[in-house]
Amino acid sequence: MIGGLFIYNHKGEVLISRVYRDDIGRNAVDAFRVNVIHARQQVRSPVTNIARTSFFHVKRSNIWLAAVTKQNVNAAMVFEFLYKMCDVMAAYFGKVSEENIKNNFVLIYELLDEILDFGYPQNSETGALKTFITQQGIKGQTKEEQSQITSQVTGQIGWRREGIKYRRNELFLDVLESVNLLMSPQGQVLSAHVSGRVVMKSYLSGMPECKFGMNDKIVIDKAGKGGVTDEVGKSDLGGGGSTSGKQSIAIDDCTFNQCVRLSKFDSERSISFIPPDGEYELMRYRTTKDIILPFRVIPLVREVGRTKLEVKVVIKSNFKPSLLAQKIEVRIPTPLNTSGVQVICMKGKAKYKASENAIVWKIKRMAGMKESQISAEIELLPTNDKKKWARPPISMNFEVPFAPSGLKVRYLKVFESKLNYSDHDVVKWVRYIGRSGIYETRC
Amino acid sequence: RYFPLLHGPGVTPKTIIIFELKAELNNEKKEKRKEAVKKVIAAMTVGKDVSSLFPDVVNCMQTDNLELKKLVYLYLMNYAKSQPDMAIMAVNSFVKDCEDPNPLIRALAVRTMGCIRVDKITEYLCEPLRKCLKDEDPYVRKTAAVCVAKLHDINAQMVEDQGFLDSLRDLIADSNPMVVANAVAALSEISESHPNSNLLDLNPQNINKLLTALNECTEWGQIFILDCLSNYNPKDEREAQSICERVTPRLSHANSAVVLSAVKVLMKFLELLPKESDYYNTLLKKLSPPLVTLLSGEPEVQYVALRNINLIVQKRPEILKQEIKVFFVKYNDPIYVKLEKLDIMIRLASQANIAQVLAELKEYATEVDVDFVRKAVRAIGRCAIKVEQSAERCVSTLLDLIQTKVNYVVQEAIVVIRDIFRKYPNKYESIIATLCENLDSLDEPDARAAMIWIVGEYAERIDNADELLESFLEGFHDESTQVQLTLLTAIVKLFLKKPSETQELVQQVLSLATQDSDNPDLRDRGYIYWRLLSTDPVTAKEVVLSEKPLISEETDLIEPTLLDELICHIGSLASVYHKPPNAFVEGSHGIHRKHLPIQHGSPVSAGPAAPIEQAQSVIPSQGDLLGDLLNLDLGPPVNVPQQSSMQMGAVDLLGGGLDSLVSDGHSHRIANNRVYLFGLECLHVHISLFIVYLFPQIWLPAVKAKGLEISGTFSRRQGQMYMDMTFTNKALQHMTDFAIQFNKNSFGVIPTTPLPIHTPLMPSQSIEVSLPLNTIGPVMKMDPLNNLQVAVKNNIDVFYFSGLIPLNIFFVEDGKMGTFLYFFIFFMSKDIYTVSGKLQNDNIYTIAKRNVEGQDMLYQSLKLTNGIWILAELRIQPGNPNYTVKHPPNLNSPHSELRSHLLFLSVEV
Repeated sequence: MIGGLFIYNHKGEVLISRVYRDDIGRNAVDAFRVNVIHARQQVRSPVTNIARTSFFHVKRSNIWLAAVTKQNVNAAMVFEFLYKMCDVMAAYFGKVSEENIKNNFVLIYELLDEILDFGYPQNSETGALKTFITQQGIKGQTKEEQSQITSQVTGQIGWRREGIKYRRNELFLDVLESVNLLMSPQGQVLSAHVSGRVVMKSYLSGMPECKFGMNDKIVIDKAGKGGVTDEVGKSDLGGGGSTSGKQSIAIDDCTFNQCVRLSKFDSERSISFIPPDGEYELMRYRTTKDIILPFRVIPLVREVGRTKLEVKVVIKSNFKPSLLAQKIEVRIPTPLNTSGVQVICMKGKAKYKASENAIVWKIKRMAGMKESQISAEIELLPTNDKKKWARPPISMNFEVPFAPSGLKVRYLKVFESKLNYSDHDVVKWVRYIGRSGIYETRC
Repeated sequence: RYFPLLHGPGVTPKTIIIFELKAELNNEKKEKRKEAVKKVIAAMTVGKDVSSLFPDVVNCMQTDNLELKKLVYLYLMNYAKSQPDMAIMAVNSFVKDCEDPNPLIRALAVRTMGCIRVDKITEYLCEPLRKCLKDEDPYVRKTAAVCVAKLHDINAQMVEDQGFLDSLRDLIADSNPMVVANAVAALSEISESHPNSNLLDLNPQNINKLLTALNECTEWGQIFILDCLSNYNPKDEREAQSICERVTPRLSHANSAVVLSAVKVLMKFLELLPKESDYYNTLLKKLSPPLVTLLSGEPEVQYVALRNINLIVQKRPEILKQEIKVFFVKYNDPIYVKLEKLDIMIRLASQANIAQVLAELKEYATEVDVDFVRKAVRAIGRCAIKVEQSAERCVSTLLDLIQTKVNYVVQEAIVVIRDIFRKYPNKYESIIATLCENLDSLDEPDARAAMIWIVGEYAERIDNADELLESFLEGFHDESTQVQLTLLTAIVKLFLKKPSETQELVQQVLSLATQDSDNPDLRDRGYIYWRLLSTDPVTAKEVVLSEKPLISEETDLIEPTLLDELICHIGSLASVYHKPPNAFVEGSHGIHRKHLPIQHGSPVSAGPAAPIEQAQSVIPSQGDLLGDLLNLDLGPPVNVPQQSSMQMGAVDLLGGGLDSLVSDGHSHRIANNRVYLFGLECLHVHISLFIVYLFPQIWLPAVKAKGLEISGTFSRRQGQMYMDMTFTNKALQHMTDFAIQFNKNSFGVIPTTPLPIHTPLMPSQSIEVSLPLNTIGPVMKMDPLNNLQVAVKNNIDVFYFSGLIPLNIFFVEDGKMGTFLYFFIFFMSKDIYTVSGKLQNDNIYTIAKRNVEGQDMLYQSLKLTNGIWILAELRIQPGNPNYTVKHPPNLNSPHSELRSHLLFLSVEV
């Protein structure tokens, strides 16, 4: 298991060092600094073995988190733990920065003592941790409160405490998708996928039992066959604005927050759970079929002699004309030896950013089924460099108010048997946001 | 160095800080003390030694402030070991805390005590631990479970003696899932150091309990349980299937470690399921999406996932064969993700997706990162080897890349082209010229070695192979061992292919390798070649130029038994390093290695059968002793079509030359030079000789020799050359005291016996003598070549004459070659039969016949007494009494390897 955990600043000065196992000596702290942080070459692997000691590291802005071990540990678990550690720190004191870590080092030691015992990760849900790691001491707790804490920390529903009350029961669902594309210069889709998340903000009293439904192809097909159509009809959470009228989508794979009963999903494909209080990520999913690509980029790059480059890029929006895409940004890479750029664009603003080696073209809003164009002349300095310019792909950023995967939320039902509110009393909201992930067209 | 004036010399600022902290720790105000402890911990974190404050910090332990208590405990854990006596002071406080009504404090005490590795403290720990293991609060029990593992690490015997292992085992049946999970984790770790004990006692009841807890515990607990489950061997396929059914839902967990551990369990238990069952196939299908999903996680998890997918793809390629697109590299992937993706792309490349893959690889080859570009270039080569249909496209892509002249791209491309040659011999050699153009830019050992190998292997097709290799020889001692070894082998190959003009080169390299080098491998290989060439050149040829096994498709497959072991370690560090745990974990040699379960019941178990099949296809790419010795590198067969026996002759010829290398025999050297001379001369001076059935000629007319007339001819009977002469006395007196002597001549012909004329030759009398000849005499080149000067003495005077020895008497009986250079279409005619029959009497052997444009062609071989081979093409036009003899046109090339030891004759019949 994890033998020790160190946090360094960008200079390699150690900010936090906690050793869990006897086989990890103080010299491990220096070994990592010398061999990884101060290494001359760029880091080639997130796992480094130095003198039979393995170091796992992740970086958050300029903070290094390193877990150390001499055993054959579960590597995926160590990384997941390091991510969790970052989440927990962020939940307690905001951004993971050198200053915040220095100001909260006592808290961090307390957290590390709690969530990692002898190198074994323990309950690390912030909801539970915040009930007893408070930096205020736990003097005033009654015996009842104490046992409530311990049963929550160790219990089956470690993510939610009892006795939550709201005057108005309300929930918000965000379907956040990032659409990824790699397109050839000829417009052939080399790879495309949507990775989506359903984020829920729940403000519900008691211990509500929830059931979430979406237009999952498997569920709809099953329902169609079995004649169970009532659920499909009662789609009380419509909205959105997908351009396609398709009824269901094929989900390649999905993962769920630990509150979701996985065995039930496996057997019935129904998503049921008792939600944590407040904001959390209910599920992640991935689709690759029938993706609506909101934009198409058509590049044209022409080398005029050795010192000039002509670039023309056309973008076309491909969704309902009534919808508006926002924050559109097209990034056209330029060679390192660019000396000057002249740009003409029909819409928005375009600028050559020498420090980023790119022409950045920004358009605030663009409706569906429109087209816009930019053309640029790039002057190049003559170089002796034999190596060809690698021509990085043209990338794009945008935000659209629909789910490019076609996913729709059909329902989210809430049952709380002990308290007297019913599903109909809960105010429910849903919104869809499609963003560009890595949306690239080669040129 | 300056010291603060107030404190005088010897008082460093550090001691001032300690001094100040000491005062603060003993402050009356609680808040002050807390702040002081914080400062102590901060100093401890950055590595300052604050152990001298031990008693003062321990004094702060008696507090009801939990935060302060935790800080003090943190300090204790760090320094107790260095101050064991003082640590005892804390024991009372711990024992008291273990009785505290607050479960959080009880747990904290037992948790901290386990971290203090001082014997005296652990003695006091036993009683509180026993109570805590049975505590009413699950939080305390789950902490106590881990504490048993801690105690075991300090004093294993004590844990056994105190019966803690049994208590721990009882906790597997605990009602709280987290307690179960921690107990499982602790037991798993303890059992690793007791390989033979059945500590975990995984029976179906316990498994059931674990599977129930699996649904309820935290994500970390699920990992502990899944990792433990993977060590269980189900008794039959039904049990395996029912466990799999309960594990598969975990594949949808958001935590990638849970997913990977579930994959591990499923991959292991798949071995037990019958391959034809529906469930087996359903399970395979279920494995693919979660593995793909792992690639949308954070880069570090992607890396771990990719390393594991690399194993899974080797074990069960069917799982991900449709998913190659997800392994396409994204522009801003971290480099370690890019490199791993590339590896998997190659493994998944097949005829179906090769076009896409190649297009991608071409893109990658223009990226910036040198390692990545190299790997992409290598990948193109691997694709060519793996998917035959794509080989041509791959080769042309590689050629395009070579044209870019980017140094490391060129070098990498040459290395992979060598492998392509080994896989597809005689297919792409036309590009050798392009490769040779880049010779000068190669500065890496790999690339140099690859180029040298290519030149050596295809020496017969590269005009200036000897010059190219010689250029490498100049800096021989500065080259890496790899290059030296390859160069040695390449030159020996070259020599065996073109012996005569490369002798110096081979001598040079052999002496560099054996005399001037300190590298034992190089010396040994040098000596082996030397002996081989000098004792048995035929075998040398068979060995060095032997047909080599084709390169295997998958070069860096993990060896099957290791692969199976690594599959048992999916998700762990071993799977990231692709090494078994004992390779990087200290003191783990006693740990038994993990194996995949073996299917029960069936006589041919599916599990091990697959690895055996695989084993045959895996050929270690490097380091094969024999392969390395001969520098075969499992390459392609040598490109020598069936001309071996003829070449053997050539080698035979030079056997002497090689002897001279070793034994320095003078005579041999001379003999060798002679041959050399001949070869060259015969090529440049186009000699015409007559192969005729000679009638006796008058060599010495009577008028010139005071009445003695000698006529004669040469013949060959039963393998012996004779000079058949007729001596006629045309003088008036009798002649006696005959003797004969030959001048030095081209073939070293001398009489074996004295002239057998023992009686006086009376006037008008004739005598016929047959003088047996051999060719062991001194050699001098004559013009014409077959000229023989003879001196005959009698009682009257000494007379001189010369005659031309017809070459046919030198034609030895074993001049028939096994087969000839070409395969001809046979077309026989009566004419040819007669001619060849007649010629065969003269030891000119017809190897093949063909008919070209109405002319019959005979291909002939013959061998001279001194070992010279003659190849000839005899053209017979029907009705034309003149037969033209030519040497084969392809051998006319000045760079042909045969030029030096073959004579070509233009003979008119």
